[in-house]
Amino acid sequence: MLKSLTTTQVWVHDQDEALAFYTEKLGMELREDVTVPEFGNFRWLTVGVPGQEDVSVVLMAIPGPPVFDEETRQRIGELMAKGAATALFFATDDIQSTYDELKSRGVEFQQEPTEQPYGIDAGFRDPSGNSMRMAQLG
Amino acid sequence: MTPVPRERHLLRARDAVDARYREPLDVPELARIAHLSPAHFSREFRRAFGETPHQYLQMRRLERAAALLRQTDRSVANICLTVGLKSIGSFTTSFGRMFGMSPAAYRAAHPPAIKRARVPTCILFAQARPQTAVFEKTARAAPD
Repeated sequence: MLKSLTTTQVWVHDQDEALAFYTEKLGMELREDVTVPEFGNFRWLTVGVPGQEDVSVVLMAIPGPPVFDEETRQRIGELMAKGAATALFFATDDIQSTYDELKSRGVEFQQEPTEQPYGIDAGFRDPSGNSMRMAQLG
Repeated sequence: MTPVPRERHLLRARDAVDARYREPLDVPELARIAHLSPAHFSREFRRAFGETPHQYLQMRRLERAAALLRQTDRSVANICLTVGLKSIGSFTTSFGRMFGMSPAAYRAAHPPAIKRARVPTCILFAQARPQTAVFEKTARAAPD
């Protein structure tokens, strides 16, 4: 029996750019940032929502050889840039104020807060093209 | 930092359609968002997403119009303008091409919007009181 979900991952175009976005614009916190020289400077970089200690998101650079061949790396990058890679869903208690705040920090929204049968939700993107949604559940 | 894939610029233009389809958006404006010439932009957009920017914008508007026909009791003309389309004639034609029937027929083929709207029952009950209902106090106060 599985106990809980602890970590999920999004591909990112550039880890520094992603870290700045997730922490400075979305207000998430840096959890882990470890570079391993023995593995071609592989960088394990995670962030999380403040107060939700047990769930982290890995901001993963798309690896080339030896993990993926160059063509695969390239194609994941293209799919991600087209918005066809990953998605994250967040919850908020006050979607309008969160929307105003994120918008004022330059977050790109493709859907402003909209009433849905399950609450109010809005959609935005990270710099890499990943789909992000937040909802104030009714 | 590795260069940004060009698809990311195309996606930004497509997101602009999602965010601003109600506005008078057109392909040159979208091409500017993607930093490409209109002709090049349309080709690249189609290569990335399988349809032209014009088709995507049109689909987005018609799909929103369909939702408004199902979920509201606004007039067809009002819905046409709400989703950023100018001509009711061409709205009716392109709607028919996509949904196989006119906007009015589409609305008639779905349950009335009032059945979907989650108006609190207490409000509906209050509204359902007969117009002629007389409140006791009012009745007493009114010297008649």
